[in-house]
Amino acid sequence: MLSTMPTIKAKKKKQYHGITKTTKVFRNLMFIIPAAIFLVMIIFAVFADLGWMGLPDVSIAPHNPNAQVMKDRYLPPTFMEGGKSEYLLGTDKFGRDILSRIIYGARVSLSVSLLAIFITAGIGTGLGILAGYVGGRWDAIIMRIVDMALSFPGLLLAMLLAVAIGPGFWTVVFALSVLGWAGYARMIRGESLRISQSDFVAQARVVGATPWRIMTKHIFPNIINTLVVIMTLQVGMMILAEAAFSYIGIGITAPQASWGSMVADGRGYLDTAWWISAFPGICIGLVVLSGNFLGDWIRDRLDPRLRTL
Amino acid sequence: MVRFIIIRLLQACVALIGITVIVFFLLRISGDPMQLLANPNMSKAQYEAIKERLGLNKSVGEQLWIYLQDLARGDLGQSLVKEKPVITMIGESLPNTLKLTIPSFIISMLLAFFLGVMAATFRDSWWDNLVKFLAVLGQALPGFWVAIMAMLIFSVYLHWLPSSGMDSPAAYVLPLGTMIFFMLPGMMRLVRSTMLDVLDSEYIKLARIKGLPERVVIWKHALRNALITPLTTIGMLLPGLVMGAVITEQIFNWPGMGMMILQSTFNRDFPVVQAITILTAILVLGINLLVDISYAWVDPQIRYQRT
Repeated sequence: MLSTMPTIKAKKKKQYHGITKTTKVFRNLMFIIPAAIFLVMIIFAVFADLGWMGLPDVSIAPHNPNAQVMKDRYLPPTFMEGGKSEYLLGTDKFGRDILSRIIYGARVSLSVSLLAIFITAGIGTGLGILAGYVGGRWDAIIMRIVDMALSFPGLLLAMLLAVAIGPGFWTVVFALSVLGWAGYARMIRGESLRISQSDFVAQARVVGATPWRIMTKHIFPNIINTLVVIMTLQVGMMILAEAAFSYIGIGITAPQASWGSMVADGRGYLDTAWWISAFPGICIGLVVLSGNFLGDWIRDRLDPRLRTL
Repeated sequence: MVRFIIIRLLQACVALIGITVIVFFLLRISGDPMQLLANPNMSKAQYEAIKERLGLNKSVGEQLWIYLQDLARGDLGQSLVKEKPVITMIGESLPNTLKLTIPSFIISMLLAFFLGVMAATFRDSWWDNLVKFLAVLGQALPGFWVAIMAMLIFSVYLHWLPSSGMDSPAAYVLPLGTMIFFMLPGMMRLVRSTMLDVLDSEYIKLARIKGLPERVVIWKHALRNALITPLTTIGMLLPGLVMGAVITEQIFNWPGMGMMILQSTFNRDFPVVQAITILTAILVLGINLLVDISYAWVDPQIRYQRT
């Protein structure tokens, strides 16, 4: 065993320090492709219609996502036999254009996840900094709640809210936010604790800075990198959760298009029209994958210590 | 140690009462639950009779007090739609859910440890890359979509496996596969990263220097220490398990707990949803309590620090 150890080490070194041209190209692609996919999604979401600019008739979607054309029901995608060129990805049971619904669905996914991310990041950062800096009893209470929130099933909470206030956009945002802050709080608490013990915080205290000032002006700026990394890594998780809620039927409901509910729509027609479920699912997968890769990329640049996250 | 456990138990009880109160009021923020149940062709007398039977004619405070008393006696209330006790409904559906969750949990655990340890041992090999790739894919693709696509391929086109039912062993393959898909990637990643940390430590180097065979170093010395982290984060598997059970049962028409709570949600059968949420809260509190106690048992510092 002894004799094999140096060779293992040498092999490792070679792999880690010799960055070849191919790995460099590969690394760039790992950023460019996900970024491009994400950009397309943002364009979909923003330009699905220009109602917000006072131009409700201008749209990048080829059809109205809710227009039912009964003679064009269950049409396969263009590239298949029997497909029409005007319905690139086929139509569903009401003759609605799948591509147009995917374009509008991007808007739902993106708005729900971004809203939830900003709400959870806000609450989680606030409580995390507080727990890490103040410590003691507050720390114990906050962390106990964090433990609970991390192991409580979000789906159940979403169901409870669906019963209480009915399914819909805000139910999903609320359900994702009520538990989602805990992950931030736990990471940020650790960082806050570490920074609280550093000299500059002690010096600020000696000079007479209030706890509020220390937390906002001294600790918070040092946490921003970690925060941004967690937030980007959360984009995919949130999109996936929203899709799952909408798939089950406790999220965004008909007739509004969302990727999760589109997959659910096609479930009963697998033998005749697989494309109804297949394409929205591929979109979810691609976007979440891209989000995760972008998150990894940003993490490697901003805060590589979080690699085991 | 006994003092520590008693304090923790009391804290858990307080937390449970707090959660119950929150859930109770949450289900009433939309106003009168009767609005959910009332149907237009109900007579005034019928309406009042139902209200009376469910105890909804009392004030919210009284209702909460009655509910807490019932809960303390183990009475979880009655379903509004099925008109039977929630506990009976759970008794009927829980075994079916366990038939799905227990095997899939065991298979996922074994696979996660095997694949995770192998990936960490042969770091950066093609095998490691394959495991990493599967983990990344598994955490990005929506489970419900993967299950539907598996159904499309194996049931609709190939006719190898049935898409619903639970009579033959073949009927278990797709549901179990879906459940494993929900649990495996996260676990596998965790095992791999913990194992990498452990393999980097001094006592592993010592074990190698001692001349122990690699097999013993990895599977005995390293794995034992790598076991601790995944086992303590076991509580965090619960959200995935619930999500997996509900979606799997919905897709494959499996008559278990997931299906039951899903139907109750759509029927707005609030006593059932309330009962399940509170039971889950008890489960979550229990798991966290056990994890805390086992931590304290292993590490005496915690006993004095975190009470």
